[in-house]
Amino acid sequence: MHNEKKEPVLSGVVGFFDEPDSLIEATAKVRDSTFKHFDCFTPYAVHGLEHAQGLPRSKVPYVTGIFAFTGTATAFAWQYAASKVWWPHIIGGKPMNSLPAFVPIIFELSVLFGGIATFFAMLAFNRLPNLRKRAFDPAITNNRFAILIENPNAGKDEEEGQEAFHPDQAEQFLKSLGAKDVRKVFEEGWFS
Amino acid sequence: MATAETAEQMETRKPVNDVLVTGGRTFSEVNEDVARPLENFPTGRWWVCFIAAMAAFFMGAVLLLKTFKDGVGVWGLNQPIGWGNDVTTFVFWVGIGHAGTLISAILFLFRQKWRTGINRSAEAMTIFAVMTAGMVILTHTGRTWLAAFWLLPYPNQRQLWPNFRSPLEWDVFAVSTYFTISLIFWYMGLVPDIASIRDRAKNKIRKFALTILSLGWRGSNRHWVHYEQAYLIFAGLSTPLVLSVHSVVSFDFAVSQLPGWHTTIFPPYFVAGAIFSGFAMVVTLLVLAREAFGLKHYITMDHLEKMNKIIMTTGMLVGYAYGVEFFIAWYSGSAFEQFTFINRAFGPYWWSYWIMVSCNVLIPQLFWVKRFRRSIPVMFVVSLYVNIGMYFERFVIIVTSLHRDFLPSSWATYVPSWVELGMFTGWIGFFFIWFLLFVRFLPAIAMGEVKSVMDQPSKGASHA
Repeated sequence: MHNEKKEPVLSGVVGFFDEPDSLIEATAKVRDSTFKHFDCFTPYAVHGLEHAQGLPRSKVPYVTGIFAFTGTATAFAWQYAASKVWWPHIIGGKPMNSLPAFVPIIFELSVLFGGIATFFAMLAFNRLPNLRKRAFDPAITNNRFAILIENPNAGKDEEEGQEAFHPDQAEQFLKSLGAKDVRKVFEEGWFS
Repeated sequence: MATAETAEQMETRKPVNDVLVTGGRTFSEVNEDVARPLENFPTGRWWVCFIAAMAAFFMGAVLLLKTFKDGVGVWGLNQPIGWGNDVTTFVFWVGIGHAGTLISAILFLFRQKWRTGINRSAEAMTIFAVMTAGMVILTHTGRTWLAAFWLLPYPNQRQLWPNFRSPLEWDVFAVSTYFTISLIFWYMGLVPDIASIRDRAKNKIRKFALTILSLGWRGSNRHWVHYEQAYLIFAGLSTPLVLSVHSVVSFDFAVSQLPGWHTTIFPPYFVAGAIFSGFAMVVTLLVLAREAFGLKHYITMDHLEKMNKIIMTTGMLVGYAYGVEFFIAWYSGSAFEQFTFINRAFGPYWWSYWIMVSCNVLIPQLFWVKRFRRSIPVMFVVSLYVNIGMYFERFVIIVTSLHRDFLPSSWATYVPSWVELGMFTGWIGFFFIWFLLFVRFLPAIAMGEVKSVMDQPSKGASHA
């Protein structure tokens, strides 16, 4: 029986800010520093932060587009097949392939496929639902903003190449940017 | 000459955006205010409302069983009036279900920041209204347990398919797509706010449930980027969707050959009516909710005034449509069209027509006066009248067009039976059960969005 407690894994060093504008300023400086792995945590979407953080545009729209067109094609093919091939009936003197009458369902299915795909694409890109990483401070969903300089070696085996990471340097750096309550954060799951 | 503005003029010019959250609230006070009703035991008033809603729903459920046992004849429907209060109730609830998406999607695309205070509760109302409408239309098929066979296209041994040229089939797709997309949009908007509530939760079971519902949201900005993009796409998808749904509902009538239904103005007329009735229901509910849950700093008088302006505008659009219908009936030169409309206003159902006109066109004119637009009692009463008027609009369209068939030997009159009126009350109860549970268990204000339109704390200013 192995009852010994596992050594907690350092996930990074966090520093807090009380205002969005000082967060954006500090984030830009972290981006230009030697710390390449970091993330910001905010109670709401702070506009302009994605540029300060150097994040690329989201790819979600491409997924939406592909699935919306799949919906368009599915709806047309399905209605065409049912009305012309599988069960041909003349109704109201209309042609078997009554394209104008198919338009409402073509539209609805495009939106349905596109919408559902958008939601799941958002989840997939964000690796949600997230069970492994616990929120490290309740203030983040309330009124404070944080920068987390991540430990690039967290979750890696000893044998894999270890990148240099000095938590003390990161702490000093965050403090120099005006962050408050700078501290180390350890990995913890929601239910562990 | 925009550049010629002097510094002084710029000083005195009013800000483009009004103050959206009053009372100088800070971010943490937003969380306190929104979470308060969720973290306390429900009040006596809540229980009274909830029990009343449950009682109404159970009465409706018993009458529904009677319908299943005896058939839809117990509703008082008979030839030529095959649609009565049932379809009226369906269109009524689907119409109400349009305000939420209008507020959350269209006002989002137009960058109307005031929407943030009201969008969550309006979207919830939308979902519950569409659920109610779905229940109404499924039960109106009479043998609801068989409806799936008739409505849904699926491969079967007999190789039968529904008629895709029928607007009733389009409606199945329109309403179910609308419900699905609204539900996902609403839930996605809720995720960060559920995370806020989760991080305050003390009770273990509550915390566990909220953790699951929040999907483990941590507020990471990498997540926010995808989230915001997805939100924008949902707004973009929902905007044509919301316009399409009531257009398709109007096709149920307009695509038929019946005088009184067969008009090209129906889609825009129905959409305007849907927004009109939906906003009236939002005003009715929010006037009560902001009072009961202390949300006056978020659902401010300015919000209500803006909604009242929309109610007045859409009310006049609907009034215009009433006029155009009469003009086109005359202009068509068709004796049947002309008869239908004269009969509508002056025939046996004249009372329902004039209730509709008074409630929808005349009473909202009060909102020309700013004092009335900003008066809680006035807007509450007007919103109730609009709700009543919009029920009668659908009643007028459906029943007056049906009760005079082409041959006088087929003429009849229709009054909803007590069974049908009881079920109508039951559906109102059904709607309120969900709404009351919503305000009790989920954050009724979109905290994450409200915070982004508040005065931002900035360096130097002291913010706790």
